[in-house]
Amino acid sequence: MAAPGSVLASRRVRRFESFRAITAAAALITLVLLLAVAIFLVVKAIPALRADTASFLTAKGWQPDSTPPVFGVAALAFGTLLSSALALAMAVPVAVGVAVFIVEYAPKRIASWLGYAVDLLAAVPSVVFGLWGVVFLIPRMTGFQHWLATRFGWFPLFADPDGQTATASRSIFVAAVVLAIMVLPIVAAISREVLRQVDPALKEAALALGATQWEMVRMAVLAPSRAGIAGGVMLGLGRALGETIAVALVLGTSFAINWHVLTPGGNTIAANIANYFAEAGPTGRSALIASGLVLFAMTLFVNTVARTVIYRGAVRRGGDR
Amino acid sequence: MTATTHSAHLATDGVHVWKIRGRRAVVNRLAAFAMYLAMGVALVPLIAVLWYTVGRGLSRFSLNFLTHSMAGVGPLDRNGGAYHAILGTVEQVLLASLMAVPLGLLVAIYLNEYGSRTMAAIVRLLVDVMTGIPSIVAGLFVFAFWVLALHKGFSGFAGSMALAVLMLPVVVRSAEEMLRLVPSAFREAAYALGIAKWRTILSIVLPTASTGITTGVMLAVARVTGETAPLLLTVFGNQYINGNPFHGAQSGLPLLIFQQASSAYPASVDRAWAAAFTLILIVVVLYVGARLLTRRDALNQR
Repeated sequence: MAAPGSVLASRRVRRFESFRAITAAAALITLVLLLAVAIFLVVKAIPALRADTASFLTAKGWQPDSTPPVFGVAALAFGTLLSSALALAMAVPVAVGVAVFIVEYAPKRIASWLGYAVDLLAAVPSVVFGLWGVVFLIPRMTGFQHWLATRFGWFPLFADPDGQTATASRSIFVAAVVLAIMVLPIVAAISREVLRQVDPALKEAALALGATQWEMVRMAVLAPSRAGIAGGVMLGLGRALGETIAVALVLGTSFAINWHVLTPGGNTIAANIANYFAEAGPTGRSALIASGLVLFAMTLFVNTVARTVIYRGAVRRGGDR
Repeated sequence: MTATTHSAHLATDGVHVWKIRGRRAVVNRLAAFAMYLAMGVALVPLIAVLWYTVGRGLSRFSLNFLTHSMAGVGPLDRNGGAYHAILGTVEQVLLASLMAVPLGLLVAIYLNEYGSRTMAAIVRLLVDVMTGIPSIVAGLFVFAFWVLALHKGFSGFAGSMALAVLMLPVVVRSAEEMLRLVPSAFREAAYALGIAKWRTILSIVLPTASTGITTGVMLAVARVTGETAPLLLTVFGNQYINGNPFHGAQSGLPLLIFQQASSAYPASVDRAWAAAFTLILIVVVLYVGARLLTRRDALNQR
């Protein structure tokens, strides 16, 4: 790999080595940066965790600046997980449908334009979704949520024990709708790529055996793509967990563990950081960093699982051929 | 490939499908309907958001809006503009790009040209981990490191560091993909001519991949331009014009939208829409520019 042997070789080798060292240093900086993120979050979270008189992981309230400080991440983590799960439940069927439509149903010419359109949805900044959610969606959702609560109130998630849905709609459900819109393009884009890689021979074989188009899609396209789609869903989950501004704008804050997704209130880790940061004192800010650490751990876990699933799917597909 | 799609279309052409009767035919129709429905449902929010932003934004958007700041403007006042925010956003994104793009390029070169298999795998994994950092966590990191540990105040530069953390993995992965597309024959030809490896990379590999890399950089810039959460914790927001990104709190378009949208007064909400329109305009121009570049890219044509 070294420069060809000549009188100039030694000088060339030295330059070659120094450029190599520069790129290696850049790679090292990236590693150090990632370590620094973890270290600084931990170090700056410790003062608040020490001062906390409640149990950080299981307590529900958030008064880190009162004396003595009382706060816990439980309600925030619960709201984060509930709103993200609900968002996925709404977004995933639509996103997979969109991917199947673009790859298998739409005429070629329109398909690429529809792909651009869905990608464009991913390009809209989250603060614009938040603004749209507040001005457009919330007033229009009140009636729908009340209808859901009265018709499907027997379903525990949709219950409305205090009759709040008639007038207020800043609920986990609305936040989940906004999150779903933001997660949709990610899941759709990854599913599309995965579906596109399906071996055409499989599809032809299914059609040759007399399968209808849907049977072909179900058995020859969706079945071998399951792992890849699951990976896309996990990446979407990672995005939903960390989404801050749209949720901060849409959700009316409360610190309770409340399963009734249609009733107003609820909070997420990320939204709480955005809402509380400006007014927080030293302990409050340290407490927010501690909650950010929990969020970081959650998204780290989800993303690692996603990468592993996608990687395994790719390997298995490669091995089949 | 062409033959495949052709035969797939033949089968759905009607004659063949009609022979399938009863339950299977009904299920097939229902499934097709469901796919069309999913596509329609996905397009509704896109159209609603864009239509609403353009409609509401344009009614308040003006030259006056672009050239005035929010200095001394209360929530009920109908005047005020986004000049200070646009200035802040441009400076912050520019500084973030100046940090993230060269570093990301060097990492991509290391991954594709120099790194051993295991080292490259490790770095790639960590870059993937970085991709998953929520933007608010990147903001918290810079706040903990820059504001709390080093006792520097809020500033545009602090914000650009947070944005750079978010940009870096995107630049690395897209640049690496583009470097990988450069045929190895190009490198071998250069080596055969006695050109050193570093020179081959800088004057042959990078220029060949430059269009693709530029596209990736533009997409990364478009992504961070709309980031709000990290700016809240690092740039903090400012009503006044602050042209110095290294000293004092600044504003930014996403921050301005967030602050104006949090207010209940119609005049503030109108300003939020006009700022949202400005932001979307910038992001869409970046995206369309990136798409046009991709179309002209020689490497992507093959």
